[in-house]
Amino acid sequence: MTTATPPPVAATGDHHDLAIVLFAVIVLVTLGITLWVGRRGGAAEDFYVGGRDFTPLQNGFALSGDYLSAASFLGVAGLIALYGYDGALYSIGFLVAWLVVLMLVAELVRNAGRYTLADVLALRLRRRKVRAAAGGASVVVTLLYLVAQMVGAGSLVALLLGTSSAQARTWTIVAVGGLMIIYVTVGGMRATTWIQIVKAFLLIAGSVLLTVLLLIRFHGDVAELMRQAAQHSGAGQRYLEPGLKYGGSFTSRLDFFSLGLALVLGTAGLPHILSRFYTVPTARAARRSTMWAIGLVGSFYLMAIALGLGATALVGSGEVRHANAAGNTAVPLLALVLGGGNGSTGGVVLFALISAIAFATILAVVAGLTLASSAAFAHDIWAGAWRGRPRRGQGAVPASRQSDGEAVEHEEVGVARIAAVGIGAIAIVLSLFAQQLNVAFLVGLAFAVAASANLPVLLYSLFWRRFTARGAVWSVYGGLIPAVLLVVFSPVVSGTRTALFPGMDFHWFPLENPGVVSIPLGFLAGWIGTMTSAEPADPDRYAELEVRALTGAGAA
Amino acid sequence: MPQQQTSSPEQGRRLDSWAAQAAAPGQSAQSAPPVPTRSAQSAPGRAADSSAVYRAVQGSEAFQEIRRSYRSFVFPACGAFLGWYLLYVAAQAGAPGVMRRPVAGPINVAWLLGLLQFASTFLLTWLYARHARTRRDRAALELRWDTQDQLR
Repeated sequence: MTTATPPPVAATGDHHDLAIVLFAVIVLVTLGITLWVGRRGGAAEDFYVGGRDFTPLQNGFALSGDYLSAASFLGVAGLIALYGYDGALYSIGFLVAWLVVLMLVAELVRNAGRYTLADVLALRLRRRKVRAAAGGASVVVTLLYLVAQMVGAGSLVALLLGTSSAQARTWTIVAVGGLMIIYVTVGGMRATTWIQIVKAFLLIAGSVLLTVLLLIRFHGDVAELMRQAAQHSGAGQRYLEPGLKYGGSFTSRLDFFSLGLALVLGTAGLPHILSRFYTVPTARAARRSTMWAIGLVGSFYLMAIALGLGATALVGSGEVRHANAAGNTAVPLLALVLGGGNGSTGGVVLFALISAIAFATILAVVAGLTLASSAAFAHDIWAGAWRGRPRRGQGAVPASRQSDGEAVEHEEVGVARIAAVGIGAIAIVLSLFAQQLNVAFLVGLAFAVAASANLPVLLYSLFWRRFTARGAVWSVYGGLIPAVLLVVFSPVVSGTRTALFPGMDFHWFPLENPGVVSIPLGFLAGWIGTMTSAEPADPDRYAELEVRALTGAGAA
Repeated sequence: MPQQQTSSPEQGRRLDSWAAQAAAPGQSAQSAPPVPTRSAQSAPGRAADSSAVYRAVQGSEAFQEIRRSYRSFVFPACGAFLGWYLLYVAAQAGAPGVMRRPVAGPINVAWLLGLLQFASTFLLTWLYARHARTRRDRAALELRWDTQDQLR
């Protein structure tokens, strides 16, 4: 994301003042929710999974709240405003990915696990190494995603408030980081979930409002909307055809294929999405919340496509690009025009409202990520692997909980709270250093790592009878290490003008997204690791996992 | 808003107890594949060792039927939608001429296929949910209570 000049259609003025007031309201409301909800219970069950008593509808909203980041709300619409069809193409992968979550992951993970992704693996592969590997990969994925969101937050909030100074961005990152630490440490999963629900509701309501206003403007004639968008895009008919963004060389097409693969397979490996399934009481409820999420996410992206086209038709690609090179202000600018233009009360209110929704989106998503990251650290790495307590899943008998176990869990929650502070601090520091990195790239990278390191091991554990602990460890590292290394040697880090180190050139991997290589490697490493294992898989434990995953017998 | 959640745990449990009650009389009348859940109990009855129980349940006909029903829907469906999506993405590079062909008004083949991706996602979601509800949920729930009885 580059520095931005103030939007030309929006000179200076009151719409930024009103936006600041609304931002403050959002901070107050979310802090209020945190304090109100955070009073209830401090057990591990409350902190990690909000007491497991959310309804499918609530969790469906929370899932889409976790998923629809500011990068989706402003970024996807912005991409469509600039690149037309190719922008829309990008959004489709984000939706289709939910089918993997729905059919292969949601119910089985709900039944087999307890708080984190590594719980599912630990049920059949009771090895500290497995927990450490899976927990570590989860921390890496969430941290990458977190940095992406916070870097985006910095430039975005500064942009929405009408300043472009480096200082404003820095303070925004620090403030967002501080708020997310408070939400998570004080409110745990319960507060985080309610913040997601409120945010998702605001986001959907705001999108519906803008879409309705847009359609009224065009008298419901979508064809006319598309024609006008093409006309004001500066690219003519090519705006509505594939190739404006990803059409150049064979490499750029392959890069898009790689990104598409990472998006579709990565969602099912995102730790903050997986941990949402533990917040509902049954696998059936997990399925129904996924269905709600698919409905909400799908309708949201349909509206985002309309809004992106609308921004091109009414604001113009040139203006959008001038306001922000990545197109991130397309939707707020469209809101300004739909409300009656700059200077009108309607335009000012709508601009401020949409900006405030984007801000709420940022806050909610970073809170969810911090929680997932701290859970992976405290539950998997600290309690599961480092302390080496032989956690037998939670055993088959739910009644076997002893007061001793509760004391240990209490300690674990303390560690998780401290971890949230630590991870939040690391994320703030990393984000301050990563400010010039492209946000969409960082998100794509997080998905690629999730798809390479988390998904193979999860699917093998759930479906492959002969899978062994060695296969699990190999699968995690065999996906994680290539994904990270390929990025280090990609044009993103060196060799191009926009790279992280523009002055150096040590790149040899041509693609920006490593998915097309690292995802197959993750699957392959798991297979080779299993085949070369000295000890065979334990059929008893696979029986327990399989019966539990499909029936829910003994589920937490 | 936070107060609402006090009602949610009961709601979740109510769903399941409702399903359990509904399953008892409906079991034989069901048009879905017959699920002889009781056979799970013929396994080593009140075995103290939980892995023996899990092994027995895993081998039972009822469980095999649930697994077969789940896998025979999910694996082909996943293969189909992944193939259809990757084909669509690859078509941008492989067949740009076809993708540009106009269909109706400003809509060309590329937009049509993109909208069909949305439609197929919604459709498959609905089909999967219907399959799980009618073919799997009752049997799985019965087997869950059976297994937990044996574990106790």
